[in-house]
Amino acid sequence: MSPSDPDVLGISKMPKKKLRRFHMFDGRITQLRILSQTFFLLLFLFLVVVTDLRYLKGYPVSLFLELDPLVSVATALSTSTVYRGLILSLWVIIPTVLLGRVFCNWVCPFGTLHQLTAALPGGKNKTERIEANRFYSRQHLKYFLLAGLLVMAALGSLQIGLLDPISLLHRSMNTAGVAGVDAVAPGTVNLSPHVYTATWLIGGLFLFLLALNRFYPRFFCRVLCPLGALLGLFSRFSLFRIHRDPQRCIDCDLCLQKCQGACDPHTFLRQSECFVCFECIEACPYDALHFKFMPGSESENEEAPVPGRRAVMAGLLGLAGFSLLRGVGTTKRRGWRQRIRPPGSLAEAEFLQRCLKCDQCLRVCPTNVLQPAGLEAGLEGMWTPVLDMERGYCELNCTLCGQVCPTGAIQPISLDAKTGRGDFAEQGPVRLGTAFYDRGRCLPWAMDTPCVVCEEVCPVSPKAIYTREKTVTRRDGSKITLKRPYVDPSLCIGCGICQNSCPVEDQAAVRVSPIGETRSKERQLMLRAEEGGSIEAVGTPEPEMYEEYGDDHQG
Amino acid sequence: MKERSSSAGPQMTRQEFLKRMLGAGALVGGSALLGTRLWDRSVRVPGFEKTAGISLPGFQMDPSSVLPELVVARGADHGALIASAVGGLGGMSRFVKPGEAVLIKPNVAFDRPAALGTTTHPDALRAVAHLVWEAGASRIFIADNPINSPQGCFLKSGLTAVASEMNLEIIYPEEHTFSSLSMEGDVLREWPMFYEPFRRADKVIGLAPCKDHNLCSASMSMKNWYGMLGGRRNQFHQHIHRIISDFALMVKPTLVILDGMRILQSNGPTGGRLSDVKVLNTVIAGTDMVAVDACGYEQLLGRDLSQLTYVHLAQKRGLGRADWRNLRVKEVTA
Repeated sequence: MSPSDPDVLGISKMPKKKLRRFHMFDGRITQLRILSQTFFLLLFLFLVVVTDLRYLKGYPVSLFLELDPLVSVATALSTSTVYRGLILSLWVIIPTVLLGRVFCNWVCPFGTLHQLTAALPGGKNKTERIEANRFYSRQHLKYFLLAGLLVMAALGSLQIGLLDPISLLHRSMNTAGVAGVDAVAPGTVNLSPHVYTATWLIGGLFLFLLALNRFYPRFFCRVLCPLGALLGLFSRFSLFRIHRDPQRCIDCDLCLQKCQGACDPHTFLRQSECFVCFECIEACPYDALHFKFMPGSESENEEAPVPGRRAVMAGLLGLAGFSLLRGVGTTKRRGWRQRIRPPGSLAEAEFLQRCLKCDQCLRVCPTNVLQPAGLEAGLEGMWTPVLDMERGYCELNCTLCGQVCPTGAIQPISLDAKTGRGDFAEQGPVRLGTAFYDRGRCLPWAMDTPCVVCEEVCPVSPKAIYTREKTVTRRDGSKITLKRPYVDPSLCIGCGICQNSCPVEDQAAVRVSPIGETRSKERQLMLRAEEGGSIEAVGTPEPEMYEEYGDDHQG
Repeated sequence: MKERSSSAGPQMTRQEFLKRMLGAGALVGGSALLGTRLWDRSVRVPGFEKTAGISLPGFQMDPSSVLPELVVARGADHGALIASAVGGLGGMSRFVKPGEAVLIKPNVAFDRPAALGTTTHPDALRAVAHLVWEAGASRIFIADNPINSPQGCFLKSGLTAVASEMNLEIIYPEEHTFSSLSMEGDVLREWPMFYEPFRRADKVIGLAPCKDHNLCSASMSMKNWYGMLGGRRNQFHQHIHRIISDFALMVKPTLVILDGMRILQSNGPTGGRLSDVKVLNTVIAGTDMVAVDACGYEQLLGRDLSQLTYVHLAQKRGLGRADWRNLRVKEVTA
């Protein structure tokens, strides 16, 4: 039997229906799949839209991130824990072991977008598609990326979020997508339009990845996706697989027309690449392909996706990547002046073990103060959340960022903990940093002009910003009594509303820096001593020594 | 029917079937088990965690009712002076038993030559180490967490040379040598401590130079323990006297020796000119470092004791005696 003489047995004349061995879905399976893809894509977009104070009513807005096994596996490597909702990823791992990478073509909203872009009109013709959907060795790249990224995670730098499809899609939607909608339809997704510093970069990368589908279908899924690689490894064990009956196959390659995974169903199937899209089964005119429980492996290519030596290479690259990121040096000390983290954030080293850069916190933040970091958090902290008080401030009675964080980089702290009430009266409040005055720019300090908006908006009680009155003679000889503002560092929580409301708008006269942030033991400013202590009872004639404790001592 | 058997392909062996079932089962079971084992449902408030750190054991001797508590020794020979000061307390064999590991804590805070009086003098270290070896110690460690770079400080103060000459082991402050200390201090509650030297020692001897200090007036044997802490020490200055009195709670040394051969009497604690240094040819040794410092402040620096807040704080807290004259004091000349 040869391909040039396909019908020597007269197979094509046989009624197709009779030949099917797998009747369960009866040709409707791809429609069912499209239904599933539509549902999950809409669900994803719905969750993006409702990640807003007005709609957020207990919706599991980070559900997709919690289902994502790459998130749970990588954070388990970096923290030795599986944080809260991440246990849900078992609901993806288990089906993958049973059925293969169904997630990729039935659930993943990013995958659906890639499939859609590739299928838009004006693309490749049938022959070109068949060629494009063959397996190419570049598909191995994703396994290298996975190995490298997991090595970095194990060393303590979680970088999977750069390429993890769910994190990437969330980040793109949360910064670029939402900002785009805000620009054309204000008031729909955000009450007031939100602006993000890295929109152009994050959005541009997103569009670029989608555009690649026009040249090579599902480029991201097949070549780059580290989640796909991880699921590919799991799917090598799967019990159900596509099976080609070589005795029926006439090597017409029609199965490749719409093959999503480029897994070579027309010859020796590469199971770890198969997206279980069922397109090959439907396309086969001779009923040679079936989805079977434990078929024999005679028609599979069982070559390991990353041969051992190359896996080691990838690991070494991860190691090099890690040292490069840490070598940039901003993680530990330099550049942290602008790195103010959301309330409830873990100490920086732990934060970087967990933050996916999914930017869910940015999406839910009602004041737009949270921004994707540029380089202020180090190269490894790119796109992690930082507060930019020029754009917003941390709302006192709000802990939403921690509630939506899927990995616990920002802990879901209670309002009591944040504000230092109730059980937390002794330890609290949570401080993000400390405000400092720039007296050369402050109106009462430098311009003989009354102001103190900062004192008015300071949300804590007693106020962290207080004033001292000072009567000065102005240039024209008139006298004016000014209230000059000061910060009490023991009360300041670093919320930044003073900076945000300062009329010196381009560079506020009061600015917050992260010194004194609760999360870091290393970045404390004030050394807290026990109240009272034993000092006042000591007899000594040196009053200035005791000024800080009041005058209650004996001479 | 032919097509049935042909389309099924070669049958899978029972062995292959079991192997695959097992593989998939193990993967599902393994990930479920591992996932639930590692599952962390807790919520915390970062920064509010209570960490139970180490507590430092005491290294002090049982008090004696007859031996002197404080010895002031005067003379021109550094080695002989230290020997007679310790001898006056009952000799090193009172403090160090054969086979014990001993930590000598010099003050090596700055990258300066010994002549400037900002660091423990090599001759003093040599003399103390000699006495400790004589008492039968098994090992001697020296350690400090200086302000300037550790290697430079040990080298330029001349202590590295003494260490190799006298077979002392230098423990440098590296990341793994620190542990979190928990204590009930006035200010010190949780703090990173340079703990490794204490962990390895049976006895601890403080060997501090007597120095002027810009903020707390004098840096002597109590202030010396600053060098066994890590973390953000630049915050200590906010409550310097309370912190130094906390040191008397934190460390209970076996013996302290305050070296007043040549004292830094101005521009402390860094000095920088020989004219800041004054020759006094005096060494004070004692078991109560509060008393040693009180005595040193008067006898070495010649200042008014009522000004030295931290010793009074320490006395008030029952951590030592600032009224050193009421102790059993012995004066010797070597």
